[in-house]
Amino acid sequence: MTRSRFNIFRFAVPQNFYPLAGKLAPIFAVTAAVLFLAGLWISFFIAPTDAQQGEVYRVIFIHVPAAWMSMFIYLVMAFWSAVGLVFNTRLSAMMAHALAPTGAMFCFVALWTGALWGRPTWGAYWVWDARLTSQLLLLFLYFGYIALINAIDDPRRADKAGAILALVGAINVPIIYFSVKWWNTLHQGASVSLTKAPSMATTMLMGMLVMAFAAWAYTIAVTLWRVRSLILERERNAEWVNEELDRLEAAA
Amino acid sequence: MLGPFIAVLRRDLLLAWRGRADVLVTIGFFVVVACLFPFGVGAEPNQLREIAPGILWVDALLATLLSLHRLFAQDHADGSLEQLLLSPEPTVLWVSAKVLAYWLTTSLPLVIAAPGLGLLFDMEQGSLKVLCLSLLLGTPMLSLLGAVGAALTLGLRGGGMLLALLVLPLFVPVLIFGAGAVDAYLGGSGSDAHLLLLAGGSLAALVLAPWACAAALRIAAE
Amino acid sequence: MLEIRDLSCLRGDRLLFADLDLSVLPGERVRLLGPNGVGKTTLLRCLCGLIDPEEGEIHWNGHSIRSEREDFHRQLLYIGHSTALNDLLTPLENLRFTCRAGTDQVEEQACVEALERIGLGAQIDLPCRALSQGQRRRVGLARLFLGGERRLWILDEPFNALDVAAVADLASSLDAHCAAGGIVVLTTHQDVSFSHPGRVVDLAGHAC
Repeated sequence: MTRSRFNIFRFAVPQNFYPLAGKLAPIFAVTAAVLFLAGLWISFFIAPTDAQQGEVYRVIFIHVPAAWMSMFIYLVMAFWSAVGLVFNTRLSAMMAHALAPTGAMFCFVALWTGALWGRPTWGAYWVWDARLTSQLLLLFLYFGYIALINAIDDPRRADKAGAILALVGAINVPIIYFSVKWWNTLHQGASVSLTKAPSMATTMLMGMLVMAFAAWAYTIAVTLWRVRSLILERERNAEWVNEELDRLEAAA
Repeated sequence: MLGPFIAVLRRDLLLAWRGRADVLVTIGFFVVVACLFPFGVGAEPNQLREIAPGILWVDALLATLLSLHRLFAQDHADGSLEQLLLSPEPTVLWVSAKVLAYWLTTSLPLVIAAPGLGLLFDMEQGSLKVLCLSLLLGTPMLSLLGAVGAALTLGLRGGGMLLALLVLPLFVPVLIFGAGAVDAYLGGSGSDAHLLLLAGGSLAALVLAPWACAAALRIAAE
Repeated sequence: MLEIRDLSCLRGDRLLFADLDLSVLPGERVRLLGPNGVGKTTLLRCLCGLIDPEEGEIHWNGHSIRSEREDFHRQLLYIGHSTALNDLLTPLENLRFTCRAGTDQVEEQACVEALERIGLGAQIDLPCRALSQGQRRRVGLARLFLGGERRLWILDEPFNALDVAAVADLASSLDAHCAAGGIVVLTTHQDVSFSHPGRVVDLAGHAC
């Protein structure tokens, strides 16, 4: 008797969120797929060839949205971490956990495409450009966060420790960015900057925006799915999770 | 109010004195690593002089990292941490005392040893002075940020490597401004801006880091 | 007085006990019972405020121990499983440090007397790494003689590794603390003879 009352109170939020996430995730997944195809169409067939860089510049349509997304996701993680610390809600910590791998993935994509772009443009896969370098450090911050929450066995401690780290990191991200930028201008002189693409055509901007929205929708869909499995894992002792698992098993 | 602060500071300084071998090991590491570089990059004096500030700063950073895990580990293992958390005075007070004791016994010796190493790289007097000043102003920030990392990784498997992964990206700005101060001095633009930024960073860390550290310790003691 | 309302605690993601209600009046001694792993230590640490309970509240003299943490910790003396002794320091240095960190104004002479009373007069200047398990235990317990003003004593297995005479001595000081209006909450696996039986709370009845 005591158990059932306890569960209702404790799991109220994740239990309600689980079906909601299940309904929303496919919608965002379909949106992401449609936007992604449209974005690729615009970037490869509609956007004009760049006068200076030729066809190679088209990597920008993946590179820039990925870089935007990787920074934005870190801020969202820090936001959920702060919410989790202040209100002591489990779901917000799970959101932060679920976002981290996607953020790291986008960070890696931005670095990878940056290197592929750099080879023909700068003649080297890697230059210590301010943006690339801070992107690399951001990737390390993601790795640190993921490694920390995986190293802690107790989920409550993992939630709180991860939240503190995400907040400390979020305060440091702008400091790192500006110090790297300063360091870069001191050491390298004027290096080729990724944003100095000469007066961008509207179709190019369109393509980039569509791809950015695709990345948003993808992030939301993947995060919701990941939160769902985190909920199942965390609350595996709750009755509703066992019922849900039985239902899934019956369906399969 | 300051009772626990002074008690912790005195005890940690006494412990550092009783276990002074640990402090000497850190300085030894600092010296040996700096001496390895000429073997790696060649003994050309001009080149060595040029990269010396960067080498000594990276070296100081690694030496700090190597000793960071000691900061709370013993207190965590023997239960003193619990007793400290039950002190009626605010946790940030004694956390600050621990970091101060750590800085005095680990970073300050590095600052003192740095000029000697600078001579090995043929650094001239003016840049030695700037280097020491930058270490003096920058290492408090390393200790404070490192303390947060040490508290977060307290008692975890592979804590040492994890600690490095967590704090090294955060150390980058300190490294940039620390090593940059000497370059700016040599370049003629003056090192004031760098040194002020280091001091400002250390002050900001002094205000914020003890809170994060106290929260992380409370979580680690659960 | 100490009041526990509707308390539930987790360890990892496992629920240890739920819906625990208990109020302890001044002068009472409460002994927690239950098999290993039932959550006795977790409950004690929860009562100290070291662990946040999953649900429920703990009140000391009518105030939540979270909102009035500093006042509560001024009244609390906790001796846990670990001895809180640093191996490089002597028993006297350790004891003085623990008292000062807890903001107790204690003279060195009082610390020496407490250590002598608990039978460590000869070891006062030895580093703690040279002490036996029972002797280490006693250094921690010496704090009880200096913590008279602290009303709430929470003791986790205080009788472990003590010899017969030390057990009797400790039992009589717990009796004296209760007689003076203090509260003792403790766990022990030994049968110790107290002057009056005290309350027994069986955690197994609340286990999940």
